[in-house]
Amino acid sequence: MATSVRDTQQKFEPWTDPHAKPFVRIERLTKKFGDFVAVDDVTLDIYPKEIFCLLGGSGCGKTTLLRMLAGFERPTSGRVFIDGVDVTNLPPYDQAVNMMFQSYALFPHMTVEQNVAFGLKQMRVPKPEIAKRVAAMLDMVKLGPFTKRKPHQLSGGQRQRVALARALVTNPKLLLLDEPLAALDKKLREYTQFELINIQETLGVTFIVVTHDQEEAMTLSTRIGVMNHGEIVQVGTPSEIYEYPNSRFVTEFIGSVNMFEGRLIEDEPGYVRIQCDDLDAPVYVDHGVSSAPGAIVWVAIRPEKVHIGREKPPSPDNWTTAVVRDIAYMGDLSVYLLRLESGKVVRITQPNIFRHAEDRITWDERVYLSWHASSPVVVVK
Amino acid sequence: MSDARPVVLMGNVPPPARPRSLPGRWLKRLQPRGTSLVTSVPYLWLLLFFLLPFIIVLKISFSDTRIAMPPYQPLFSWGADQVLQIKLYLSNFAFLVQDNLYWQSYLTSITVAGISTLFCLLIGYPMAYAIARSNPATRNILLLLVILPFWTSFLLRVYAWIGLLKNNGFINQALMGLGLIDQPIQMLQTDFAVYVGIVYSYLPFMILPLYANLEKMDLTLLEAAADLGSRPRQAFMKITLPLSLPGIVAGCLLVFIPAVGEFVIPSLLGDPGMLMIGKVLWTEFFNNRDWPVASAVAIALLLFLVIPIMFYQRTQESGSGGGHR
Repeated sequence: MATSVRDTQQKFEPWTDPHAKPFVRIERLTKKFGDFVAVDDVTLDIYPKEIFCLLGGSGCGKTTLLRMLAGFERPTSGRVFIDGVDVTNLPPYDQAVNMMFQSYALFPHMTVEQNVAFGLKQMRVPKPEIAKRVAAMLDMVKLGPFTKRKPHQLSGGQRQRVALARALVTNPKLLLLDEPLAALDKKLREYTQFELINIQETLGVTFIVVTHDQEEAMTLSTRIGVMNHGEIVQVGTPSEIYEYPNSRFVTEFIGSVNMFEGRLIEDEPGYVRIQCDDLDAPVYVDHGVSSAPGAIVWVAIRPEKVHIGREKPPSPDNWTTAVVRDIAYMGDLSVYLLRLESGKVVRITQPNIFRHAEDRITWDERVYLSWHASSPVVVVK
Repeated sequence: MSDARPVVLMGNVPPPARPRSLPGRWLKRLQPRGTSLVTSVPYLWLLLFFLLPFIIVLKISFSDTRIAMPPYQPLFSWGADQVLQIKLYLSNFAFLVQDNLYWQSYLTSITVAGISTLFCLLIGYPMAYAIARSNPATRNILLLLVILPFWTSFLLRVYAWIGLLKNNGFINQALMGLGLIDQPIQMLQTDFAVYVGIVYSYLPFMILPLYANLEKMDLTLLEAAADLGSRPRQAFMKITLPLSLPGIVAGCLLVFIPAVGEFVIPSLLGDPGMLMIGKVLWTEFFNNRDWPVASAVAIALLLFLVIPIMFYQRTQESGSGGGHR
């Protein structure tokens, strides 16, 4: 159901074009450490100039997959093609792929300039050209005034940019980024995300980013591959992954969500109606679900897609009563924790549109929760 | 969802005022004094067992011999007319410069110590590297093996080398048994035996600081180098070696300094005619009973060693700004 949806604003969608040639082709890649399967039969096509995010919790195999692409780990089976060339068993120093490490791995005994020049020196680029390219790259990442400093004299954000400059100065075909923003504080992270995108667009390099931070994945990527237990469970654009997750795992992993178990009571091509024990009224969903009537399904409703009101909604469907247990004020929005009749606690967010509202819903109040028929996501596994 | 936004729960109870107990405040006030107490211990130690003996030796080196107990003249004396006399005999130091014996001994000692240090480094670096890169279980066993010889007396181990190196010793017997040589090779009482003895005895002092340095190295740096096109050998030359420089320096100093003054190994394994400063010192003290000259020899040796090290540290501090994480 999710595959037909496209973000109409974005023009860059090579993955929808059957004639587009993938830049990185991962074929049935598997990596085992003893009995442990770190990466399990992953097949993936990544297109030129994409920012592809591998998203998953710790231990899901995303870093191992990245390290295989860089040549640090030998796959147990499967092949990797970059630009049509089989690079599966090439050592890292023979690959035109660069990596930006999570720890940045800057050489502590070298200055910023020497760090950035390192790759070019290894490639035996003539000295004047090295100087020119290093200076241009340092200008681009706005490190011009810090060229003579050593890594320990830089701030976290500056180190991150040295790492980026060092990885990009050799003009790699593909840049692998391992948790590129994890070590930065929140403000800097948000700013750097957009800077990364700008640099990527300027240079036209393909990025593969590993991250556990879904917000980071959402802002950066053209497409996200969600990983769990070594497998890629869903590939899609950020909005596809968020609005049309294909499984309970993806639904719960991306953003926060209220999940209700239910039974299909009406199953038509155009709509379904689901009875959930936790909710007072049935859930009416305005699109079809491929499952047998009577089957157990899960209904997922995002916190921001629920309305809180004092009046009983007129519709026979898509509402329930609840009691306000807790309110957390976060500035831009408030988070309400409400208890349903069944005892289940749901989480609802409401934007704080007005600076001061007289008649705000408050503690222990009995309210009606309602949502639009297009809001619930129904997943069957 | 990992939301790092600050959560302000409305209607929250104000946090309870934290009462500061009186003993707590006293402890707080005591803390800086406690710190200085702890740091004063090593200072006191150095004062008592290094600076004080040094001053005594320095004092003796400016004195003259006499046949008495102690066998040197006091530096300070009361003259006839209530005059405090301080007699500084600089002749001991002048003697060191005039007599070629001392110069040659210093030179031999420094050469022997230098070459031994080089061999220790060449043998110790690969060993330390291998230990640092082995898996943690074997690493501890290997480290134990490096330290194990210390459990036997140093003197005993040097004597054991006599048994190995002498003309009818183990090595010569083995070589003759294999038919590689017809006559025993003279190894004992040669420079070779001294080098073997020093390198063998001081190797752990090279390995341990190098190991400590190599072990804490961030291996992702090597991955980063490989990623940027370095083959393993280039990565070693450009990353590992420069980063292990502090370990190399520490190891070399730990081997070189005691090796210069080494007395036991050259006198047991070496040529009796081999002039090393440790032996000269011994002879001056115990055979000639010339304490002032012996003290002057010791002071000069100390200066020979300390001044270059101080220079080295000066350049380290001003040069790199301690550019090590």
